[in-house]
Amino acid sequence: MTDTAWIDAALTSARPQAVGALLRYFRDLDTAEEAFQNACLRALKSWPQNGPPRDPASWLIMVGRNAAIDEVRRGRRQEPLPEDDRSISDLDDTEEALAERLDGSHYRDDILRLLFICCHPDLPPTQQIALALRIVSGLTVRQIARAFLVTEAAMEQRITRAKARVADAGVPFETPGAIERSERLAAVAAMIYLIFNEGYSASGDTADTRKPLCEEAIRLARLLLRLFQSEPEIMGLTALLLLQHARADARFDAEGTLILLEDQDRSKWNQKLIAEGLALIDKAMRHRQSGPYQIQAAIAALHSRAERPEDTDWKQIDLLYGALELVQPSPVVTLNRAVAMSKVQGAQAALDMIEPLAPRLSNYFHFFGVRGAFLIQLGRNEEARVAFDRAIALANTSAEAAHIRMHLDRLMRDSKPREKKAKTD
Amino acid sequence: MLYAILCYHDEDFVGSWTKEQDAAVMTKLAVVQEKLHKQGRLGPVARLLPTTAATTLRKENPPLVLDGPYAETKEQLLGFYLVDCKNLDEALDVARDLGAANPGGAYEIRPVGMFAPGGALK
Repeated sequence: MTDTAWIDAALTSARPQAVGALLRYFRDLDTAEEAFQNACLRALKSWPQNGPPRDPASWLIMVGRNAAIDEVRRGRRQEPLPEDDRSISDLDDTEEALAERLDGSHYRDDILRLLFICCHPDLPPTQQIALALRIVSGLTVRQIARAFLVTEAAMEQRITRAKARVADAGVPFETPGAIERSERLAAVAAMIYLIFNEGYSASGDTADTRKPLCEEAIRLARLLLRLFQSEPEIMGLTALLLLQHARADARFDAEGTLILLEDQDRSKWNQKLIAEGLALIDKAMRHRQSGPYQIQAAIAALHSRAERPEDTDWKQIDLLYGALELVQPSPVVTLNRAVAMSKVQGAQAALDMIEPLAPRLSNYFHFFGVRGAFLIQLGRNEEARVAFDRAIALANTSAEAAHIRMHLDRLMRDSKPREKKAKTD
Repeated sequence: MLYAILCYHDEDFVGSWTKEQDAAVMTKLAVVQEKLHKQGRLGPVARLLPTTAATTLRKENPPLVLDGPYAETKEQLLGFYLVDCKNLDEALDVARDLGAANPGGAYEIRPVGMFAPGGALK
């Protein structure tokens, strides 16, 4: 790697800890970010000459803190800095050791706090995600704007607005108690899941642009898991993201049309990510504290383990969706369960299961896609066509619409009942 | 003498590499490995999954199973090589070669007491 690439990676990996600690010192997000930026500029000057520090995060915290304090002093006295400002240039080992001691005990809560302030309930999800990507991940506004497919100016405005709202709300700085910590953890986990979904729900033509969102979500999930190593739900979340992302290269064809799970080329699945996801699920299960992320990861794991679609353990998947319905009742979960049910007990049972959902899912694309697929299996082609027409009207992306159109084309071609193509991805 | 070369590095840092950066490092390391392989000195090489996937068994009575890696340190054990070397100097030479291909972190060089090739593994 080149020098600059090395330094970039070091700054990125040190960022959550450094900004988190600086936020604790200054209790102001803008000051903390500015201090970190200053420290990065100094790192770019000093590291190529003096070599990298042993502990980049501590170095950045120390230098950032001193730089910001100088800034405040300078502003107060309106006079230039004294010439012998050695606190910045002469960071020796003792100071580094001190910084390490200062922050070692705090850094878990520092990083958690930094993530947590992005999850403020007043912020709409899109603002939470944008704020986290900017502050915690350090993505540039331009990168975030690109991933969200909006202009840089619009994203700048969104982030500024989110920051103002967070500042007004007051950041909780006291060390959290056990209950509060677990509440923060749950909010942060949900936010990481949102970041992933932003990337994952992209259509074929935008999938590559939005893939970094999935990768960033995985990086944050791993970070969180490193801080809270014995939390089965964080293991489950990380496993879920890894197992889903493992299929990224197989999910779209050359035209950008979504390829369903059972039609995917499974040799394109990333076995390394799958191995890591399965290892995490194994670990999580030992705790015997089930939760929605673990159950979803277990479902994804069963799909990953099937070498061919027909090897899929649908019975087990049906049971897992049943368990998910209990802990997280939602019509969407039931809809997914119905797909598994159709494989185990047939399309009629599955259709019976989803009919009561109609009033609540009357605007949900996937409901009509799944319903149409069940109806084809039952040979009720005219009703299937109506369901697919409705699905196309509700499609969120061009890939979704294209996929349903493919079903319709097949219907037009032959009126015979087709092999089912239910939505399982 | 067989030497184990244990690869330690900051996991957050290695995890921040882009796919391309990661691949570039792997390509450089492959060159060193190929050289050792041609000399018939290279044993198994492993890159380990992240420490978040690790579990530790403490040999207490009864044994205690803990989540995470054994040591909570800044740098983590990320992989290892088994290399046949005449002595420590030669092992250090190999580690320097590897280090030039993948700077940062540290290699711990440990003489191997017992070695079973485990030929059944593919």
